[in-house]
Amino acid sequence: QHRHLLELLKRTMVHGESNSALIIGPRGSGKTALLNHVLKDLREMKQVTENLLEVHLNGKENCQFLMKNPFLSGLLQTNDKVALKEITRQLQLENVVGDKVFGSFAENLAFLLEALRRGDRTSSCPILFVLDEFDLFVHHKNQTLLYNLFDISQSAQTPVTVIGLTCRQDILELLEKRVKSRFSHRQIYLMNSFDFKQYIKIFKKQLSLPAEFPDESFAQKWNNNVQHLSEDKTVQDVLQNLFHHTKDLRSLHLLLMPAVSAVTVHHPLLTAADLQEAGRQHSTDSKANIVHGLSVLEICLIIAMKHLNDVYDGEPFNFQMVYNEFQKFIQRKAHSMYNFEKPVVMKAFEHLLQLELVKPLERPSVRAQREYLLMKLLLDSSQIMDALQVYPNCPTDVKQWAASSLSWL
Amino acid sequence: MNTRQQSKLIYSWCGKPMSSDRKLRTSQYKGILITSESSRTETCIQLGDFILVEGVNADQPYVAQLVDLYEDGAQHKRAVVQWFCRLEEIPQNKRKLLKREVPAQEVFFDQVLGYDTDIAAETIIKSIMVLPLHLAEELPIITLNKEQTFYVKQSWDGKCFKVLSPDIFSKLKEANRKRGVITNSSKAFIPSDILTPVKKEMESVVQSATKPKNVDMGIESKHSASKSSLAKERHSQRVADNDIKTPTAKKKLELNSPTRSKGRILGCEVLGLLDDDCGAIAPLQPSATKRKVKFSSEILGSPPKIPCSNDKSKSTSETAEHCQRLSDTVRLSPYTKVKDFSEKDKNLHGKDDNLSLVRYQKLRIQSPPLTPRSRRTCAQKTSALIAEQISLLKSHGKLAAEEGFLSGSDSSYSSSSEEEDDDVPCTPEKKTKSSRIFSTPKSSRKPAVHTPAKTPKKTPLPGTPRTPRNATPEIPRRIQAAQEPASVLEEARLRLHVSAIPESLPCREEEFQDIYNFVESKLIDGTGGCMYISGVPGTGKTATVHEVIRCLQQAAENDELPPFQFVEINGMKLTDPHQAYVQILEFLTGQKVTATHAAVLLAKLFSTPGPKRKTTVLIVDELDLLWTRKQNVMYNLFDWPTQKHSKLIILAIANTMDLPERIMMNRVASRLGLTRMSFQPYTYKQLQQIISSRLKGVKAFEEDAVQLVSRKVAALSGDARRCLDICRRATEICEFAQQKRTPEIVRMAHVTEAIDEMFSSPYVNAIRNASLHEQIFLKAILAEFRRAGVEEATVQQVYHHHVALCRVEGLQSPTVSEVMAICSRLGACRLLLVEASNKYLHVRVRLNLSQDDVMYALREE
Repeated sequence: QHRHLLELLKRTMVHGESNSALIIGPRGSGKTALLNHVLKDLREMKQVTENLLEVHLNGKENCQFLMKNPFLSGLLQTNDKVALKEITRQLQLENVVGDKVFGSFAENLAFLLEALRRGDRTSSCPILFVLDEFDLFVHHKNQTLLYNLFDISQSAQTPVTVIGLTCRQDILELLEKRVKSRFSHRQIYLMNSFDFKQYIKIFKKQLSLPAEFPDESFAQKWNNNVQHLSEDKTVQDVLQNLFHHTKDLRSLHLLLMPAVSAVTVHHPLLTAADLQEAGRQHSTDSKANIVHGLSVLEICLIIAMKHLNDVYDGEPFNFQMVYNEFQKFIQRKAHSMYNFEKPVVMKAFEHLLQLELVKPLERPSVRAQREYLLMKLLLDSSQIMDALQVYPNCPTDVKQWAASSLSWL
Repeated sequence: MNTRQQSKLIYSWCGKPMSSDRKLRTSQYKGILITSESSRTETCIQLGDFILVEGVNADQPYVAQLVDLYEDGAQHKRAVVQWFCRLEEIPQNKRKLLKREVPAQEVFFDQVLGYDTDIAAETIIKSIMVLPLHLAEELPIITLNKEQTFYVKQSWDGKCFKVLSPDIFSKLKEANRKRGVITNSSKAFIPSDILTPVKKEMESVVQSATKPKNVDMGIESKHSASKSSLAKERHSQRVADNDIKTPTAKKKLELNSPTRSKGRILGCEVLGLLDDDCGAIAPLQPSATKRKVKFSSEILGSPPKIPCSNDKSKSTSETAEHCQRLSDTVRLSPYTKVKDFSEKDKNLHGKDDNLSLVRYQKLRIQSPPLTPRSRRTCAQKTSALIAEQISLLKSHGKLAAEEGFLSGSDSSYSSSSEEEDDDVPCTPEKKTKSSRIFSTPKSSRKPAVHTPAKTPKKTPLPGTPRTPRNATPEIPRRIQAAQEPASVLEEARLRLHVSAIPESLPCREEEFQDIYNFVESKLIDGTGGCMYISGVPGTGKTATVHEVIRCLQQAAENDELPPFQFVEINGMKLTDPHQAYVQILEFLTGQKVTATHAAVLLAKLFSTPGPKRKTTVLIVDELDLLWTRKQNVMYNLFDWPTQKHSKLIILAIANTMDLPERIMMNRVASRLGLTRMSFQPYTYKQLQQIISSRLKGVKAFEEDAVQLVSRKVAALSGDARRCLDICRRATEICEFAQQKRTPEIVRMAHVTEAIDEMFSSPYVNAIRNASLHEQIFLKAILAEFRRAGVEEATVQQVYHHHVALCRVEGLQSPTVSEVMAICSRLGACRLLLVEASNKYLHVRVRLNLSQDDVMYALREE
């Protein structure tokens, strides 16, 4: 893949051939890394050829690298208009005044097209367009930008290479038919196709200190420790677990980060326990965590909702139903529970609403009374049971009520 | 015109009819009376007067001379005029023939045959003055009524510019004199006794079809000039413009024109021009430096060819010799006089080399903005030459520049740069550059050193100001020349690129002929019409239409067809459908206005009978993009051709065959008419033919491989672009394979690999490379679908299955958060279609591919 891309770009630079390609792969599979790597190689190579030809080029790069990243710049490049201005700015055309581009959208487009049309294969220097998060460009109106870029790459104008990066496998279906026809259908697929052994290797590589680390003896010690860790059973279990969940290398970094940050002067080496702790943190359930911090009354309400869910098979409920259920429990079963007033229960219910443990089906309107608003519970029964197990000082009758579901009636 | 807007004008005849033709029921008059209603003023315009006539562009009415006035049978007042044209009316690419800056007041005596000289008298606006001037004469300073005085120096016949022939000149002057306007600027310059014998010759030259370039006159005049020491003033004028009429020049022309005018092609002329420009400067060197200033400034505004010739002449006399040799070989008739002239020239050149060098450099810096397109052809022709001289240039350039710099006197430079600035008002950014460079001697060194490094190939492209601030749309030049293809495969790949336009379009001959006939017939009739062309992408619609236009333009140039204007708009390249008006207007008149105003102007343009308008051929690509809710853009576009005077031919291109029925309103569709043409997708045989025609002469593909590609693509879409892309990819694969083994041609295996790469479904591969839990999640989805019988499930339901599956597999069951993460990851890859995630567990999930595919992918494990 690396070679393929390198060849492609090299041809554009050297022969002035126009091309277009897409790099497709899931998140964290190294699309941008691949591109950057290729560009780095390319720059080195260019210098070699330049030296051979003895054309002094310092100051002027033979091609301009456009980086347009709608993902990072948030909503800034959400339409063609902004993207176009950005291109003009990066190309440093002559209507740029101090990093700013003026003129209307139509003017800018005409200007840019005119500029690109003027060039021909042999004379003008090739341009590389990198469209990060390509799928967002697809949603622009009429796909004008893409059409024009691909059209240029298909006609005898300024040599242009368009590289799109995306994680969507169905990107080609999103292109309009005439845009699709102009795209050259070169797709480079990146997959995380490594197995667990390679994964361990990557893990080692990520943790080990480089050779140029100043304190050599410490580096030695650290690297040895990492080697030991990678052979440790518990560590392997943690890694295996993560590997099963996702092959994304970024999540590995996320796992290692808290573990490594636990390293201090007094605790100089990474231990298996650190990693285990990090793994546990990594895999905890966020909603269940919230449940731990609830009051007993709120827990009771959740249990009531759970029962309602069981009885009515996931149908939505409203506050009144929950309250009735709760009342039944208080009257018949509860010994340790205090019988709360309805407004108090209402308050607790609203707290749950705020925590987004329950969610209204439709938006609350002025007409509907709050008691009768239809709700859904956003927790699974297994989650509730797990949370109850670890809930501190839970009254036994509440636990029994939760477990027994209908049998207590 | 303002006057027209302000008040209504009444036109009435002045005096009695001079003569009347009973048969035609026309009567001729000698004057027309224009009465303005509001201001109560009367103007009488008589035959021979110069007038302004309403035109396309309200700010710039046409200039004409009244030749005849009559009233036709239907009581319409008509006028016969002799046109003058402004610079704006001359096509961009022809303007460079002029080789000088033209002030706004200058007009050209129009000898284009196509224009209608019979106009309605009501279109006359008012009378003006047109003063004939000799070429070299400066425009006299006009103090009063600047608006109403024009000057004419040259004539224009649609192909090239000529000096006014003496009789026209005198006629024009006569007309002015009649009005009592005698300008001292046009004082007697040509003695009448010399005029008379030459007149006939001159006429014949003007009317001869081959139109010999006046360059040759220039040569002769220079030659004779160098011999006979004429007045310095005249001398410089003549050389600068290459084509003044002196007795000697005309006599020479008499001798030479018959032979030369025949065996000459345009390229030679261009070359000839080049050489002359080189030569023209040289003999002048010894003349006083004062003269030089003016001279250089005159040239600066003019010749586009100079940059090339400069490079040559700079590299000292041997290159100059080279030029001359080239020109000699080009010229068919042996032409000894030029030779000895060049000999002389060479000597002079050598002497004044240092002096001239600096000037050349200046020229080079100045002229790029003016370089027109056809320079490229010239550059191609001379490219062989240039290539030889690049190395020479580099070594000599630096040295020569410095020498030249030292020897020149600084004061003259600064003064000359000032003059240059006056002469070149349209290129502001270049101007500032030059003035900075030359006014301070210090800084002039820098560009002088830099310029030789540029190779002649890379001289900047024409910079016509487009944006309000005159920015030049231009991509920076590449520093290294593009490599030429080295191997057979590279050559093949270059030819297979979609942009490589073949000389002829195979498999589209029929469509080509149909479109050609359609446009041609409309052109000949001078009427308007529409044609709708449809076809799926990549079937050569746009290419064919462009080919037709190219052929028509060629025919028009050979005078087989009336000339026409060609405008192209592309729906995809417009930001808004209404921008179409702006673009069309800009193409036609060069104005830049807002969309609504442009629509009004265009409507006026196409609905009123314009006397001098050519037929316009308008290509509308991607027509469906011009759809608006009220469809007024499309309505207008198709309404114009139906107007009587529009002379508009529209070729509309779109993908869908039934576009008129589907999205157009009835009134739009009916105006589009029934002239339709649809491009069928290519069959495999046609695709095969296309590939092989492109690969003609290059043995890079196996016969079977080509057939496989074309069959595969024909079965899918018939898209020629796709076909070419596959072939290109196949050459790359082959090239890679080649690195290991011996060189070979593209075989079946390579093609198959390329096809697989392009058509393979990514999903299966993606699923196989997904992590274990992701796969389990997919399995759980399948299980849930099977249970519920609906192809949609919430995450909660899937989660239960997931946990159960994990238990079966003996894995640790994931938490809800982790499952949500998996779900969103699969959603990002679009293996799943996922709702917005604020519903948490109740998010509905759906597969984006068939269940069978998922089963297949998962079972392989």
